[in-house]
Amino acid sequence: MPSNQKKIKHSFYTKSKIVDRAADIFIYFTIAFLAILCVLPFVHVLAKSLSSDAKVTSQLVYLIPKDFNLRAYRSVIGDPSMILSLWQTVKVTVIFTALGMFLTICAAYPLTRKRLKGRNIISVFFIITLYFSGGIIPDYLLMHRLGLLNKTASLILPLAFSAYNMIIMKTSIQTTVPDSLEESALLDGANDIRILVQIVLPLCKPILATLCLFYAVGRWNAYQDSVFYITRQPLYLLQHKLNLLIQTTNTTLTAAEAQPDTVTNPEVIKSACIIFATLPIVIVYPFVQKYFVKGVMIGAVKG
Amino acid sequence: MGTQTMVHKTAKPKSNKPKRGFMYYCKRDWQLYLLLVFPITMVIIFKYFPMAGLIIAFKDYKILKGFMGSEWVGFKNFVEIFSNKDFYRALRNTLTLNGLDLLFGFPMPIILAIMLNEIRTLWFKKVNQTLLYLPHFLSWVIIAGVAYQLFQPGTGMINILLRNAGLSEVPFLTENTHWIFSYVLIGVWQSMGWGSIIYLAAITGINPELYDSATIDGAGRWGKIRYVTLPGIRSTITIILIINLGRIMGSSFERANSLGNPIVKEVSSVIATYVYSAGIQAQKYSLTTAVGLFQSVVGLILVLISDWISKRIGDEGLL
Repeated sequence: MPSNQKKIKHSFYTKSKIVDRAADIFIYFTIAFLAILCVLPFVHVLAKSLSSDAKVTSQLVYLIPKDFNLRAYRSVIGDPSMILSLWQTVKVTVIFTALGMFLTICAAYPLTRKRLKGRNIISVFFIITLYFSGGIIPDYLLMHRLGLLNKTASLILPLAFSAYNMIIMKTSIQTTVPDSLEESALLDGANDIRILVQIVLPLCKPILATLCLFYAVGRWNAYQDSVFYITRQPLYLLQHKLNLLIQTTNTTLTAAEAQPDTVTNPEVIKSACIIFATLPIVIVYPFVQKYFVKGVMIGAVKG
Repeated sequence: MGTQTMVHKTAKPKSNKPKRGFMYYCKRDWQLYLLLVFPITMVIIFKYFPMAGLIIAFKDYKILKGFMGSEWVGFKNFVEIFSNKDFYRALRNTLTLNGLDLLFGFPMPIILAIMLNEIRTLWFKKVNQTLLYLPHFLSWVIIAGVAYQLFQPGTGMINILLRNAGLSEVPFLTENTHWIFSYVLIGVWQSMGWGSIIYLAAITGINPELYDSATIDGAGRWGKIRYVTLPGIRSTITIILIINLGRIMGSSFERANSLGNPIVKEVSSVIATYVYSAGIQAQKYSLTTAVGLFQSVVGLILVLISDWISKRIGDEGLL
């Protein structure tokens, strides 16, 4: 009897092993295929941007550049309005991130103190903004009333405080800084702001890095407010400018946007612009990805 | 809600202590209140003022007369939007696109997470995850730019390949029905990798002993997925589904704006783009504020219903 049973189990095992192998191959191939699908489009655009006009016009460029050259990039960088937009975007992103972090810390830290009166009401006051907002037009009219239309400040102030990031910060202070540590600091005569600066913030460095990236990447990629509030060319964010550039030859053209260089094929110029705007993200991406994953996990605990 | 029960617990022993006025706490915790002044001011100005600005949905707003000076018109703006063809088109497109997004975009991250979890070669998993997360970090402008480079009739790479293979071109982004599916598939492509993170996290939370006992019971790979992994992440699936249902009225200006083009306007105009063109461009402020208010209120109701349902079925609740 026992030997018989062993046999059955054994044959079952080998059969399942074959099925397992097949499943493995299927899974590995599917995942690799999907992952490649995520990068291949960019490889194509990169190849186009590095090829000569003639080869792109005769549709010979797929994934490898033909007649390698950097002319398109030279004309993108040589275009003053492109550089202005880049400068504007860098400026806005840096100030926005700094202000956003300041406000997030100012809101999150006091709300982790259990002795603070009115803590729950203030929390609710912040969290309501996650679920209800004035919307596009009241926001726009507010900018109008404050005289911020066509001002860089309109791209920084309205979005600088994010209740979502505040929740992440709050949760992570609560989990990484033990209450006892702060109580003993209080007994030693340290005040709240000193505890924040000298104890809490140094312990929360990883989450501070994560939130900085949330703010910076979010600001770098967004352009909706630039479309709504900014009508003067030199203040356009890079993504806004890129959008106009791409839309111009999409179909039968809407608004006429000055081409950076009339010498080169618009397809090549567009490819170069896309890569130009993608590059900063792609360069920092491998280093920051793990921070983002961490941030999502914390946010998911109480989303 | 969790926080409220906590207050009750801490409040009880306090009742023995002498009652202290607000000024006492202000004096003791003034530094904390000082810190809070900055974010509170910003939120009042940039979030609550616009909410108050919603009253112009019930007025005939004229810039010169201001918020207070403009005339009350009651529900006239709402009556008007519900007889407006462009509004209906935007509403219909918003619901259609979000519905299809949910149908195709929701299952993909779950499938992806389960497949990623089956991969035992660590470096292979890491590399692929890095690539799969990439599209999430790029703006809609860049994604749209790349999409047009691939799908444009005549010059797009996919259409060149189709032509070279002797097939006819496909108007991926220049014909209504094709555009809708391109929009949805590009969305799935952009979000599937990132969306899988949360399910992967849930899978790591499953007790490994369950897998061991499943093996003893003779469960194969599929059996373990079916009877251990899926039940283990069921609550996460439910919560994400409910959150997504709550968002079905929302619309992304950037996605619709950058992927759309004048040829497919009939299907690509969503509420956000309609509000932009009729509100900011054509300056019908009161009318479009009414549209925005309608969208926000319906959205809020959906979120509250979702929260209620998720509590009903025994999950934690979202708020």
